[in-house]
Amino acid sequence: MKIAVTTIGETLGAAIDLRFGRAAKFILLDTETGVFEVVDNTQNLNAAQGAGIQAAETVVRLGAQYLITGNCGPKAFRTLQAAGIQVITGAEGTVGEAVERFKAGGLKPSSAPNVEGHW
Amino acid sequence: MIIAIASGKGGTGKTTVAVNLACSSIADSVRLLDCDVEEPNCHIFLNPEIQRCEIVGIPVPEVDENKCIACSECSRICQYHAIASLKTKPLVFPELCHGCGGCTKICPTGAISEIRQEIGVVEFGRYDNIEFVHGRLNIGQAMSPPLIRAVKQNVAANGITIIDCPPGTSCPVIAAVKDSDYVVLVTEPTPFGLHDLSLAVETMRELKIPFGVCINRADTGDLKVVDYCRQENIPILLEIPDDRRIAEAYSRGQLIINVLPEFKSGFQKMFDRIAEYYHEARGH
Repeated sequence: MKIAVTTIGETLGAAIDLRFGRAAKFILLDTETGVFEVVDNTQNLNAAQGAGIQAAETVVRLGAQYLITGNCGPKAFRTLQAAGIQVITGAEGTVGEAVERFKAGGLKPSSAPNVEGHW
Repeated sequence: MIIAIASGKGGTGKTTVAVNLACSSIADSVRLLDCDVEEPNCHIFLNPEIQRCEIVGIPVPEVDENKCIACSECSRICQYHAIASLKTKPLVFPELCHGCGGCTKICPTGAISEIRQEIGVVEFGRYDNIEFVHGRLNIGQAMSPPLIRAVKQNVAANGITIIDCPPGTSCPVIAAVKDSDYVVLVTEPTPFGLHDLSLAVETMRELKIPFGVCINRADTGDLKVVDYCRQENIPILLEIPDDRRIAEAYSRGQLIINVLPEFKSGFQKMFDRIAEYYHEARGH
């Protein structure tokens, strides 16, 4: 399975970026092989509007089945949901820790956005 | 002749100047367009009888799932991220759409058609010799320029049109002042007034629209606005004093020139100076 995680860094030891739409980067981790790639999100960081929607499109294009992040607003959530991506909010710590917690069942997919837009 | 009343700072007295200027005119007919569509106020001073109302909408995309091939072209062209292309049918976010029509044009399979989404209304009324038009933006609607443009379609072909603009220097202001012959920038003699006036001056220079300044509550604050205008060679068209009687008239929603007729000549002189400039600029 492929998991996208929002982060401020470029390694599994880097901290989670609590923002989704305006996250600095995504790490796309293939849990079967342990191989990950870093995807830049700078373009969205500076978007006037619709950052969450476009970030969601990026995650869809990357082929992730799960997204782990801190907070996810309504428009991004709707977009991810339409593409069948499970959204896990409320993650903290490092990317690696969040992924381990998720795999151990400590983080569950949400059924709704956990913040308002533009929080 | 189109005269727009604008300001950088809010609350300087744009509406006061617009309605008193319109009502001071000796012309047979003056058209007053209230383009401050988020908070239109001119009608409070004028109490015009509203005779007609038009609903204004912007075109937003609707996607036909059967024709969509999920090529993502619509999403790629949309700078406002109002349409998200996934592996399936694109998702539309009408509240982000600016109604530019780009997605409809670029769709290779003709899967996108346009439906109208209401953003507000334009209302038409009359008060004395004033033909009154204003726009009212629906609550929660972020996109005011299309409604401002709809109000401005009612600029008089001949004769005088006065436009009350929203404050600031962004898109709604540009939409309101565009194609005006002259802009009156209303300010107050305070550091706040000066700061925002200088932003508005930069904006008008960028747009290449001639402008002058009206200083409201002129005998309060300091002299820095006057100094600034002198340095920048900007004409001061009118100074409205900080007179308690003016504040009282305002607080009751009354026109200055009705309660204090001695102020009428000041507005008329401002109008004459603008008209003179206008005719000179056109070489007659």
